[in-house]
Amino acid sequence: MSSGADIYHEMIVDYSRNPLNYGEIENHDVTFHDSNPLCGDSIDIDMKIDDNKVADIKFHGKGCAICMACTSVLTEITKGKSLDDVRKIEKNDILGELGLEHLQAVRIKCALLSLKVLKSALYTYLGSHLENSEGIDTLKTEAENLY
Amino acid sequence: MQSTETSFENIKKDFPILTRTVRDNKRLVYLDNASTTQKPNQVIDAITDYYRNHNANIHRAVYALAEESTEAYETARDKIAKFVNIKNRQELIFVRGTTEAINLVAYAWGRSHIDEGDIIVTTEYEHHSNIVPWQLLTQEKRAKLEYIGMNDNGELNLDDLDKYLATGKVKLVTFSLMSNVLGTITDSEKIIAKCKAAGVPTLIDGAQAVPHMKVDLDTLGCDFFAFSGHKMLAPTGIGVLWVRKSVLQTMNPFHGGGDMIREVHKYETTWNDLPYKFEAGTPNIADVIGFGAAIDYLTKIGMDNVRQHEIELTKYAMEEFGKVPGLTIYGTKDLTKRGGVISFNFADVHPHDVAQLIDEQGIALRSGHHCAQVLMERLDVAATSRASFYIYNTKADVDALIDSLKSVAKVFKL
Repeated sequence: MSSGADIYHEMIVDYSRNPLNYGEIENHDVTFHDSNPLCGDSIDIDMKIDDNKVADIKFHGKGCAICMACTSVLTEITKGKSLDDVRKIEKNDILGELGLEHLQAVRIKCALLSLKVLKSALYTYLGSHLENSEGIDTLKTEAENLY
Repeated sequence: MQSTETSFENIKKDFPILTRTVRDNKRLVYLDNASTTQKPNQVIDAITDYYRNHNANIHRAVYALAEESTEAYETARDKIAKFVNIKNRQELIFVRGTTEAINLVAYAWGRSHIDEGDIIVTTEYEHHSNIVPWQLLTQEKRAKLEYIGMNDNGELNLDDLDKYLATGKVKLVTFSLMSNVLGTITDSEKIIAKCKAAGVPTLIDGAQAVPHMKVDLDTLGCDFFAFSGHKMLAPTGIGVLWVRKSVLQTMNPFHGGGDMIREVHKYETTWNDLPYKFEAGTPNIADVIGFGAAIDYLTKIGMDNVRQHEIELTKYAMEEFGKVPGLTIYGTKDLTKRGGVISFNFADVHPHDVAQLIDEQGIALRSGHHCAQVLMERLDVAATSRASFYIYNTKADVDALIDSLKSVAKVFKL
C-alpha cells in the first residue's frame, strides 16, 4: 500500500500547482458538478461534444493534490476520445498513470472524484440525447456499476 | 496539584495508546482531540469491570447483579450532574452523544413548539449537528433558519441576533459554547441575556466546551444543553442532554419502548418519571459507567488546571506557528477567548496533503471541513488543518508538529 510521502512525487505536486485543462468552456454541451465530503474536493467538468467525440474538456474547482493531479490526467485521457471510449475509461487508467494503484482507501475518493464527475457528465449528455427508453436502463445499470 | 507542567507530563502514563508507535516506529503524537480523545486506564478498567463482574439490565430485576448495575449507572448520572452543576438529576438524560441530543430536542420539543413562519437562529460556526436537525425541522414546519454571522476574528456579530429577535418570531436560539474549528468561546452570557429579555429559549452545544473548561449549568441560564462523553476521556456512544424541568415537562417522548413507560394498555400509555421518559430501551450501561470514571479522572485534575494547561499549550503553539512562513491561523489570537483548537492552512498545500505527509511522522492531525461547511464557506476555504489539544499533550507534541511541517515544505517546494 502506498502511503504518506511516497505518493507525493513530482508529477502529483506539479499537477496540483499547474493543473492541465483547468478552466471553463463557455458554450459547453454538458457540465457536471460533484464534491467529496472527506476533504472538500469540489470539481466541475465541462465538455464540448462534436460528432460523438469529446472536442474539448475543461475542469475547475478546488481539491487536494491527489484530486487535482488525477483530474488533470483524466481530462488529458478524455480529450479527443469518442463517447464510446470515454464510457470505457476505468479507474486504473488514471491511477496507473500516476502510480497510485495502491492508494489507501481513505484517499481513493480524492483520486476518483473526477472520474465520477466525468461519467456523470457523460451519462447526463447521453441521457438527454437518447431516442428510446431502453437506452436509459442500460445507462442506469452502467452508472450503478461505476466502481 | 503540584507544579502543573510536571503533573501533566505524568498524565500520559495513564493512556496506554499513547505508548504505542505508528508508521515505522514513530512516537504517536495525537492532536485530534476536538474529534475524540483517548481513554485512560481508569475508564477502560471501569468498562471491563462492569462486563466482568456486574453486567445485568437496570431498573427492573431484583437480584444482586441488577442492583449493582443500577446503582453504578445512577451513580454515574449523579457524578456527571455534579460535574456541570445540574441541580436536579431528573433533568439529565443519557443519549448517544451531542448529535442525538440536538435531534431529540428538534423532534420532541421542536415538533410541538415550532410553527409556520417561526424563526430558529443558529450561528455561522456551528457543527453540522447544530444545523441539519434545524434544517429538517424548519423545512417540515415551513419555518425559517437564520444565522448569526461572524467577523474575520471568528467572533459572532450579535447585532444579527438583535435583528432577528426584533421580529418577535424567534422561537429558539442555538449555538455552540466553543467552535470546533476556530476554538472561539462564545459569549453565552450576552446571548442568553438577550434571549431571556425576549422570552426566547436557548440551546447550547457544549461538546467542545465541557471537556476543556469549567461549565456551570446552574448559572449559565440556557434551557437545553448537550455534550458528548467521548471528547472528554469517556467511551464513544454516550452523551448527555440537559433540559430545564419546566421545558422538559412540555415535551413528548422521543422514542417509545421499554423503561420509558409507567403503564401500557392496548391503546394508550402513561409515561415514566423524568428522566426515564426520555431513555427508552436498555441504555448504554457500560459506557455510562465509563463516563462516570472519566468524570472522576477530570475532577481529580481539576477543570481549571485543564484550561490552564491548554492555554499554555495553545500560547506556545501559536508562537511556534507564527515562526513558520506561509502558515495562516484562523480565529482570534486572544487566548482568553479561545480554546485549545488551532485551525490553519499551510501556503497553498491542501490540508489533506498536509495531514497525510505528517502522518508519516506519527502525527495525527485532522484535515477537512470538520463538519462545519457553513463556516468553511464563510472563511472561503475548502478545508483547514486542525490541531486540537488535551490534557496529555505537551510542548514536545507541538514541537513534533512544527518539525513535521518541514517535510511538507520540502515535498511542496515551499
